[in-house]
Amino acid sequence: MRNFLANAKVPASAKFLSACAAITFFAGASAHADQPKNWETTFQAPATDMMRQIEWFGNYTMWFIVPITILVLILLAYCIIRFRASANPVPSKTSHNTWIELIWTIGPVVILLLIAIPSFQLLTAQYTPPEEAKLTVKATGNQWNWDYEYQTDNTLSFNSAILQDAERAAAGKEDRKVYPRLLAVDNELVVPVNTMTRVLVTATDVIHSFAMPSFGIKIDAVPGRTNETWFKAEKEGIFYGQCSQLCGKDHAFMPIAIRVVSDAQFKTWLAAAKTDLPGANKTLMAEVDGQNKVAAAGN
Amino acid sequence: MADAAAHDGHDHKPYHGWVRWVYSTNHKDIGTLYLIFAIMAGIIGGALSVAIRMELQEPGIQIFSGLAQMVYGMNGDAAIDGGKSMYNAFATAHALIMIFFMVMPALIGGFANWMVPIMIGAPDMAFPRMNNISFWLLPPAFILLLTSMFMPSAPGAYGVGGGWTLYPPLSTSGQPGPAMDLAILSIHIAGASSILGAINFITTIFNMRAPGMTLHKMPLFAWSVLITAFLLLLSLPVLAGGITMLLTDRNFGTTFFAPDGGGDPILFQHLFWFFGHPEVYILILPGFGIISHVISTFSRKPVFGYLGMAYAMVAIGAVGFIVWAHHMYTTGLSLDTQRYFVFATMVIAVPTGVKIFSWIATMWGGSISFKTPMLWALGFIFLFTIGGVTGVQLANAGLDRSLHDTYFVIAHFHYVLSLGAVFAIFAGWYYWFPKMTGYMYSPVIANTHFWVTFVGVNLIFFPQHFLGLAGMPRRTIDYPDAFAGWNYVSSIGSYISAVGVLIFLYGVFEAFQKKRIAGANPWGEGATTLEWQLPSPPPFHQWEQLPKIK
Repeated sequence: MRNFLANAKVPASAKFLSACAAITFFAGASAHADQPKNWETTFQAPATDMMRQIEWFGNYTMWFIVPITILVLILLAYCIIRFRASANPVPSKTSHNTWIELIWTIGPVVILLLIAIPSFQLLTAQYTPPEEAKLTVKATGNQWNWDYEYQTDNTLSFNSAILQDAERAAAGKEDRKVYPRLLAVDNELVVPVNTMTRVLVTATDVIHSFAMPSFGIKIDAVPGRTNETWFKAEKEGIFYGQCSQLCGKDHAFMPIAIRVVSDAQFKTWLAAAKTDLPGANKTLMAEVDGQNKVAAAGN
Repeated sequence: MADAAAHDGHDHKPYHGWVRWVYSTNHKDIGTLYLIFAIMAGIIGGALSVAIRMELQEPGIQIFSGLAQMVYGMNGDAAIDGGKSMYNAFATAHALIMIFFMVMPALIGGFANWMVPIMIGAPDMAFPRMNNISFWLLPPAFILLLTSMFMPSAPGAYGVGGGWTLYPPLSTSGQPGPAMDLAILSIHIAGASSILGAINFITTIFNMRAPGMTLHKMPLFAWSVLITAFLLLLSLPVLAGGITMLLTDRNFGTTFFAPDGGGDPILFQHLFWFFGHPEVYILILPGFGIISHVISTFSRKPVFGYLGMAYAMVAIGAVGFIVWAHHMYTTGLSLDTQRYFVFATMVIAVPTGVKIFSWIATMWGGSISFKTPMLWALGFIFLFTIGGVTGVQLANAGLDRSLHDTYFVIAHFHYVLSLGAVFAIFAGWYYWFPKMTGYMYSPVIANTHFWVTFVGVNLIFFPQHFLGLAGMPRRTIDYPDAFAGWNYVSSIGSYISAVGVLIFLYGVFEAFQKKRIAGANPWGEGATTLEWQLPSPPPFHQWEQLPKIK
């Protein structure tokens, strides 16, 4: 259903084309094909190799569970039609058949094995980062916002909370397609594209959960413990997730927004953000939005 | 109970009026009390869920700010904040009520109390007075829980808003007010009630079977209740321990779950789910038993693979105790721990598959009549299969990474509970209603109830799979606008199901009004268990002459 044109390890030149393709595919939708859509029936489009693996595995399991469900439905329908009292007035007295009982015990075992093998591979891959992390960010959940801390030479830390409607104009985030209600934040977590990023996750008050659907990550933020996850974003753009563990009254209102930019843009932003975060965000937004306008115009 | 001869010839009704019910030591009267209690709790729990779906019908906060204004007298921003907390309190109370005060009382307290002694040829439960206290602990527990909804929890909030899982620190430092203490006490009392009931069932089934009824000849419903009773007996004390530690963390300065005192919030999750996972089998196993009887009765065939069916339930119960951390894949469990729990969880699919296929094989070659209980049972098999296969998906930690704490999980567990356990309850209700009351309900009203409910609940929960895949988190009062479409469909389904509940209640009223005499066995030769050998309703004390089982 979803487009897979904008897929893995896209060279910069192809990215322009895929962005155009995305626009033609979703007439009227924004170039940021990285947030939930109305009447969606599948996962959000993957933006990491890991999410692509999860999506593949999810689809793979469907090849077993859909036929099983249909088989049960067909058997039920057959019984209902063939063995209704009017069609079959005298019931059989059969109540045992060793072979069939063996088959429906061993059959599921085989199916489960077929599911388990790629399942264990996927799980192992999630805990086996392919390379050393080049960037480490610490995300700390609070009721009801996130603190992000870049563990770089000069530590950069800032708070990221839901974007209030009153702040939209001042922040230049009036386009609700790009900065949707309940998902947009005041300060996004900015990371470079195609860079192995480690996220250390903890919390100060109650349990939260750091989740980014299109990256295929979700890890609880637990007070008193530091959990770790990682991602390597393959697409530039802004990506949205939400706190995924009930954390009190404003649980629905603590989104997670990650802006993936080019390496050069990230370096410029990081250097500027240490002294002037709002200024650095503005500059970055102007640059990114400029690119998008070009991409849209190319359509 | 003096001279046995003096009792001959009358029906042993010792008390009249309210005394009969309040002082009752009779398993059938207590079963009836349980069923009435479950219906009332179910209406309240259902109303809470309709309020939740009304709120979620459209993006934004519409219902709960107004409710907070009406109920708590809040205004302006305080009403919005109060409404947000109230939503969480509704979601929490919906879960606790449906689990502890609807499904468990209906299946175990109601149907099992009524039918297990009769089915095994016993005059009553082993400990009739303990049976009485089992029931009468429930109303105070329920009142405590309802009261908690009006007590302060977090600043500016009323009611327990931590979810039924009660995870600390949200349930300790996160909600300092007395609401949580009342809820904990409520669960303690409801748990004690269930433990007493479980002891009663185990003793009854092991010691009071009629001559000749070996365990391997015992009806499957009695088997399912026996296994359920063991699950209750082994899992509830762990919950009691966990929530007691919660209570002392809250009130007496202990730090079992507080990291600043050397404790660990995740410890509570292990304790909770060590109870919580067997609990979901507690909710569904008696349903398995009921479905077996209904399918067999209306197919006019004995249950296919009886021993396999019984030991599949034993296997589900046993393995159910060693899979708890599959609820905790995102808490930071180590890779090896997750591997183990993936493996153990998938194993459960095998005995569950045996049951599904055995039910179909029971129908195979039968002579099937589609009376109301059979409709519910057929609906159960198909919908439980859907809930089961999504369970197989969720068992995979790698995939659960994306689905955990989303609406996909809500859809999954409502397919096995709201469409599984509840369909089994209604199958049992329409199967045994003529036996328990002596009256036959209107099949037209009962079938309408089935079809309306079937359409309604599928409309509620099937779209929630899509919402979960698209990433909509659980337990949120508001959602990004992109989730609006399926949420709207889901809410419409909720209203249709609510109409179904009204049809159900009217059907009960109509049956008592019309007083159609059902007779001892309205279901014909397929109904072979002992309860159908008694008149409807059965005498106040049955089996004064123990039946002999061939």
